[in-house]
Amino acid sequence: MDVAVSINGTLYERDVEPRKLLIHFLRDDLDLTGSHIGCDTGNCGACSVIVDGKLVKSCMLLAVQANGSTVETVEGLADGDELNALQQAFSDHHALQCGYCTPGMLMSATALLRESPSPTDDEIRKALQGNICRCTGYWNIFEAVKAAAR
Amino acid sequence: MTTVAPEKVAVPTKRWSGQSVPRKEDRRLTQGQGVFVDDVKRHGMGYLHFVRSPYAHAHITSIDVSKAEEIKGVFGTLTGEEVAALTDPFFQIAGAPGGQIKDFSLAVGKVRYVGEAVVAVVAETRELARDASELVEVEYEPLPALVDARKALDADAPLIHDDAGGNLMWQGIYEWGDLDAAFAEADRVVKIDELHFHRFNSTPLECDGALVEYNRGTGQWTIHTNNQFPGFAAIMMGPAMRCGLDKLRFVTQDIGGGFGNKITSHPQLVACCLLARKLNRPVQWTEWRTDFHMSMSHGNERWFHDTEVAVKADGTLLGFRTKALDDAGAWLRYEPLGGVIWAQVTPGMYRWRHIRVDFTQVATNKAPVSPNRGYSRMQHLWFTERVIDIVAKELELDPVEVRKRNYVRAEDMPYETPNGCIYDSGDYAQMLDMALELIGPVEERRRDAQERGKLFGVGIGSTLDSGTNNFGQSQLINAELQFSGNNEVATVKLDIFGEIVVTLGTTPQGQGHETTAAQVVADILECSVDDVHVRAGHDSYWNSHAGFSGTYASQFAVTGLSAVKGATEMLAAEIKKLAGAVFGGVPVEALELAGGGVRIKDNPDAFLPFMACGAIINANNAGLPDDLDVTLNCRYVYRPPFQVPDVERKYGNLTLTYAAQIHVAVVEVDPETGYYDVVDYAAVDDCGKRINPQIVEGQVMGATAQAIGAAVHETYEYDDDGNLLTPNFYDYHVPHALDMPPLQTGFIESPSPFTPLGTKGMGEGGGAGIHAICAAIQDATGAIVTDSHNPYQRVWELLQ
Repeated sequence: MDVAVSINGTLYERDVEPRKLLIHFLRDDLDLTGSHIGCDTGNCGACSVIVDGKLVKSCMLLAVQANGSTVETVEGLADGDELNALQQAFSDHHALQCGYCTPGMLMSATALLRESPSPTDDEIRKALQGNICRCTGYWNIFEAVKAAAR
Repeated sequence: MTTVAPEKVAVPTKRWSGQSVPRKEDRRLTQGQGVFVDDVKRHGMGYLHFVRSPYAHAHITSIDVSKAEEIKGVFGTLTGEEVAALTDPFFQIAGAPGGQIKDFSLAVGKVRYVGEAVVAVVAETRELARDASELVEVEYEPLPALVDARKALDADAPLIHDDAGGNLMWQGIYEWGDLDAAFAEADRVVKIDELHFHRFNSTPLECDGALVEYNRGTGQWTIHTNNQFPGFAAIMMGPAMRCGLDKLRFVTQDIGGGFGNKITSHPQLVACCLLARKLNRPVQWTEWRTDFHMSMSHGNERWFHDTEVAVKADGTLLGFRTKALDDAGAWLRYEPLGGVIWAQVTPGMYRWRHIRVDFTQVATNKAPVSPNRGYSRMQHLWFTERVIDIVAKELELDPVEVRKRNYVRAEDMPYETPNGCIYDSGDYAQMLDMALELIGPVEERRRDAQERGKLFGVGIGSTLDSGTNNFGQSQLINAELQFSGNNEVATVKLDIFGEIVVTLGTTPQGQGHETTAAQVVADILECSVDDVHVRAGHDSYWNSHAGFSGTYASQFAVTGLSAVKGATEMLAAEIKKLAGAVFGGVPVEALELAGGGVRIKDNPDAFLPFMACGAIINANNAGLPDDLDVTLNCRYVYRPPFQVPDVERKYGNLTLTYAAQIHVAVVEVDPETGYYDVVDYAAVDDCGKRINPQIVEGQVMGATAQAIGAAVHETYEYDDDGNLLTPNFYDYHVPHALDMPPLQTGFIESPSPFTPLGTKGMGEGGGAGIHAICAAIQDATGAIVTDSHNPYQRVWELLQ
């Protein structure tokens, strides 16, 4: 099926198998490998992207369902080579170790900060509960999101 | 979250080491520019999918791949029969009986656990490879499954490996001191029938994977992978594949967590290699989460039976004896090394001198075990900590006092354990005081919780993170083995335009090696960390690796950074030698490095920038003295000072350093349901000199989180037929953002006297958290906790 998706400001038009997941479309067909896969069941959030302003796990959406939509991924966060405030806060607060969950964490936090620019601690925890990190224990991630919100 | 530091912190004497320098890795990783194994693509590559066993134990009576191979887009398949013809069984660490088993990369003739790979299918898309796998027809003749290791040696137990003649894989008796005298001297003998350390692992968020290319002209495989110990994989794969190690090129870049779980992917890598050659195309394999849970690297499940503890009335511990039973699962992929690794921390943190452990390891119809953060020491340390708290309860003594009475003391350091290990430095009592201080007074909180109808408990976990293995300990498992010592390599060079380029032998998975290596280099070369380019990842073509290269077992801060230090010091000396010649015969003693170059101490205007040094030696070297032996490309192999242990006495120094952790957990338990919250938590760590405190603290936090997950939620449970009940993140609950308690951290720095930088390997101290939570539950409920895994239901049972 033909699919046209605008991703980080670039329009991609491709013929995709109807059953292909959006995450596999991003990674395998478009080589946008920033978004990751950490589970088979929609639990881990490593594939989180923003579709038409809404945070979604791109393993829970077919590529064809994203037809005509606007998608934001981790590759679109920085301004050129300049990290944005959230990315910089992740580095400053050591909110990443292996970096595998980081793209999904950043997208979840981005969605949160758009909706709630000064989130409470509880809001931050709830916003990140769909993203698994096995390295950090989350504490530094909370600190980073708080710092970026200031 | 707060952090406390001791009053006297070692002041960094140099500019970069000791500072929380921002990580070099972060720029690419926060932009989605890391290169993880599934990101590597090649033209024409095929995707591999494994057909896996639905049975825990069964004969394979027939395999028919014809329907799968008929599908358009399917490139080919591989069966166990082909593997058995093309390869030899993997080398076994064990002698007889475990060493007699025949382990191949795919099941041959029989399956031995649910999820065991039986056939590999390669197709042009991931989806097609899965579809085709469904069409592979495998006929099985099911056999009774052995799930409970405690029944493995029963006469009527199902026999898993005919070649071994039984389910016993390895057995050894460890005894040091004088047990009879200790028990004769004891005022009390505390007896514990059974303790159980459960099966779980660290579930790195990135599963295993590889992209393998075969070069028909040279006969060489290039293996892009996230295996975290390529040195071990090479030793396993070369002989099995009947090729020299030069035919196996391992390449890694970013690895999405490892925690030991990515050491034993060699069977899957062999299947990829055989298929890349057979199909003459690159083969890509990315493990699915369910596959990881079913088949990879479970942590060692262990029982301790018939434990007896000799103790004085005042709580002085004299010794113990116990029978350890270790469940290896279906194959010995790194085992039976778990049968000796625990001996690095034989007495835990305590001064008892009379110890006997009868260690038995058996096979079961469960996934093979292999290293998991805290490998084998965590099980044993949990045992020693449980013993302390059970003894304290039986003797009605304060667990804090029992610990302080028995801890190895700061003035005892370096301390030789009953089995000849040398604890290098530390002050455990001071750490315990710090941790308790972080938690603060609890009596009022206890009353407050009780008023709210909750049970309140405080528990301590004291552990050691032994680092830098002496592989000679493998000889205690099998005296025939020819492994001992350890090594790691770094290469530091100055290139034509003055670039300082560092190549490591390690395979970091988030530990920030690029950053900490640059800190060590910058201090020696008197330059900025920004001037130091540390190559990301590992490539065996870089000639910067040795037999034990990799990232595992808490050693980078010792082996990796000592190699970096050695290579950089060689380079610094060569730079001076070159400059001396360029300056017309100035002796090196008269020269110093400063400001990105080398200069004459008494005449700082005579300055040669690194760029000039690099250019002269590499591209403008005519006229240099004939005897100037300088390359500015320096390779150094760090070799820790080890002796081969005494195999007869099972005695010797098994690891170089002993980082220490004291954790305190506070829980509130609902007496009606057994539900509990960890309401406060403190973690105090001592890993000697900290090169990058922020990275160290990150490791402490991560290990703590994994401990909390393992203590409360995470378990690989099997039903009686050998079906894994927790094969994905729905059923295997890892901690989420909402699960995290308030955390306070603290540290002391006891530099290791045995390492070039005073560092100790660290990162695996999370076991302390499992003990702390067990102890807190015991304190809250008043019931003796005998299992490392305490979900709410088990706590409810404790309350009945």
